[in-house]
Amino acid sequence: MHVQPYSTILRRCQLCLYSCLKRLQSETSRNQNMRLYRQLNRAFLSNRRTYGQRPVVSSTMDADEIKHFRSLANTWWDETGEFEALHAMNKIRIPFIRDGLVQQLEMSPRNPAEPLQGLSVVDVGSGGGLLTEPIARLGAFVVGIEPVEESTKIAQLHLEEDPRLLPRVKYITGSVEDLVSTEAETFDAVVASEVVEHVNDLEAFMASCCSLVKPGGSLFVTTMNKTLLSRTLAVFGAEKVFRIVPEGTHDWQKFVPPSDLQSILEKNHFHTRLLHGMLYMPVLREWRWVPDTSINYALHAVKD
Amino acid sequence: MATQILQKCSLCFATARQLGTLHAYASRRYTSHDVQTADIVISGGGMVGAGMACALGHESLLQNRRIVLLEAAPKKGFSLTEKYGNRTCTLSPASVSLFEKCGVWSKVENMRCQKVLRMQVWESCSNALISFNPTDEADEIAYVAENDVIQEALTQRLEEMKDRIEVMYNTSADSVAVPGVDKELASNAWVEIKLNNGQVLKTKLLIGSDGMNSLVRKTCQFHTLSLSYNQRGVVAVVKIDETNNNVAWQRFLPTGPIALLPMSSTAMSLIWTTSPEHANQLMSLDEESFIDAVNDAYIHDRDMNSTAGQVSDMFQKVLQNIMPGGVAMHQLPPIITGVQSGSRGAFPLGLTHASNYVRHRVALIGDAAHRIHPLAGQGVNLGFGDVIKLSEVIAKAAANGSDLGSLTYLKEYETSRQRKVLPVMATIDGLQRLYSTDATPIVLLRSLGLQATNALGPLKDYIIKGASSS
Repeated sequence: MHVQPYSTILRRCQLCLYSCLKRLQSETSRNQNMRLYRQLNRAFLSNRRTYGQRPVVSSTMDADEIKHFRSLANTWWDETGEFEALHAMNKIRIPFIRDGLVQQLEMSPRNPAEPLQGLSVVDVGSGGGLLTEPIARLGAFVVGIEPVEESTKIAQLHLEEDPRLLPRVKYITGSVEDLVSTEAETFDAVVASEVVEHVNDLEAFMASCCSLVKPGGSLFVTTMNKTLLSRTLAVFGAEKVFRIVPEGTHDWQKFVPPSDLQSILEKNHFHTRLLHGMLYMPVLREWRWVPDTSINYALHAVKD
Repeated sequence: MATQILQKCSLCFATARQLGTLHAYASRRYTSHDVQTADIVISGGGMVGAGMACALGHESLLQNRRIVLLEAAPKKGFSLTEKYGNRTCTLSPASVSLFEKCGVWSKVENMRCQKVLRMQVWESCSNALISFNPTDEADEIAYVAENDVIQEALTQRLEEMKDRIEVMYNTSADSVAVPGVDKELASNAWVEIKLNNGQVLKTKLLIGSDGMNSLVRKTCQFHTLSLSYNQRGVVAVVKIDETNNNVAWQRFLPTGPIALLPMSSTAMSLIWTTSPEHANQLMSLDEESFIDAVNDAYIHDRDMNSTAGQVSDMFQKVLQNIMPGGVAMHQLPPIITGVQSGSRGAFPLGLTHASNYVRHRVALIGDAAHRIHPLAGQGVNLGFGDVIKLSEVIAKAAANGSDLGSLTYLKEYETSRQRKVLPVMATIDGLQRLYSTDATPIVLLRSLGLQATNALGPLKDYIIKGASSS
């Protein structure tokens, strides 16, 4: 994502000014953009206002869900802690997103280390930033939306530990609807990983996510199927027996069968490109791709 | 909706009132630029450390990362002379292919190395012997090269890759602060290395290749198994009459194995593992006596055990009837005619194994993780095997956009390497103990075992393949 034209610069908040400044510092075009750089610098230094609290907006998020995740905010980045399964899931969902985008958009990246350069992605329900940071490292500009403010703070703090990522990631406390009014059809991809099983109003949520995607852009969803098997293994087994996830994380009633999801997507002018099952092996602590979608599944849909 | 139309940031859509606490976090972080940062730091520029640097430099996925190699010694000038270095190693085909991939092998070949086409292993207490030949896939079992030659080839290659790898000579880590071990650091902080020149280097991943007394391993407080064999290894460069010299010879004596590795048509590398007293005695001998001692060690039969001898001869006849091709001719190594002056040296032997090779943001490779007895020439090959696996794992982490110090990927490296290293280490330690006695029942057992293994071609191929792969 490139720097906006001059006239809109001073309308940026402190944080965004800082991100742009850092971005210019790290690019070789600083000399060419000296005038812009100086203008940004001046604006950044003079723009010291006192701000109030950022409110939490949650039209599609459930209040109880938010309370539950708030209590877990501090353990996000411990790879062997509460979120071990999510960290392990990155090993399969990042290649899924990366390869899906590269193939769909028929990209031939010049830099193999950053195959998603030039793309903009929204990570819905970014939490502590577990999925946001890897996508940003692969070159994309990522906006992470999260209703729980503590998680956003944890995510931002963690982000700042890696200066290279700072200009590429933007965390926002809020819900997807906040973006729709101004950013409809501007993103190359929207990722809703392990989120749809926590929302109240699935149709509205999916409609918002879908409206953010450019035509030809992608939507990636990973979630859990509503079957007897998922109730036994993924809810009862994972929470009480194996203790892979903390108790109370999942509400089986909210699980979404792939057919329901696909029909909602069809209504929003998306067609499914790939649907595949995933399975977590508690002993090996690894995720595997499996043909069966009864428990967990991943979906890649493309906008017509 | 909470956002207002006026005074809205065009990038993040937050209003002036919404930007509360995050403002404070953003502006305080980047005030000090006096601490240097790197993506990967390799502490220790020996053969394995330099090999790691070369391997990482060849990973295209890491091209934008800052990789630093810390080497305590100054940059050495090296010139190939007629004098051979007395420390050598046998490179397995897997190590050779690593070198080929990194563009180092051609440099080694241009300097000096020797193919090993056959290996004969026998002992002094019986007539049992085993002879290894290459499998159908390769012409040679291994290559012998001097440590100095390998180090120089790696240094030259690193010099060529200056834009990818930064080598800091005369630099070593004085102290290391690892998150999780050091209570002052946050759990996800970067590793902080205080260098001997006063600088502080922060890195996402620290690779410890600083040898058997690894500072990195000690800082991480890994539980380490460490035992010293009550033996010293005597090394020397010995001269022989000119011949086709492509065979490696090893004879197990009760005091320890003596090995001769071919270095060229006129020179061989001697590695004699023996008791400390005998080692001191050998070091103090004059040249003539030393040569006599070496030659004698290979041909004497003072330790021959008569019972074992009779039984093994009978077994030999049985095997000859079952498997006519399965009995090898006993050959003798070339007679030593001289010793290169100043090439005699001795070093202590021991076994070291760290129970963990990795933790968040740290990985150990080479002797820092595992150190074994030199009797099978596998020490440095295990180290290069670590290099191959770790560079593969780091590349995978980079391909998936992960933080390079992430434990999830480093654990894969540890599991894979421990599965390979532990059996090798156990076998070699077992062999060392098995052959360190001259008690009749043990001699009998090991002789029969050796003869049986010698007769089973597929088993020998399996052993060679295992030793050859990473």
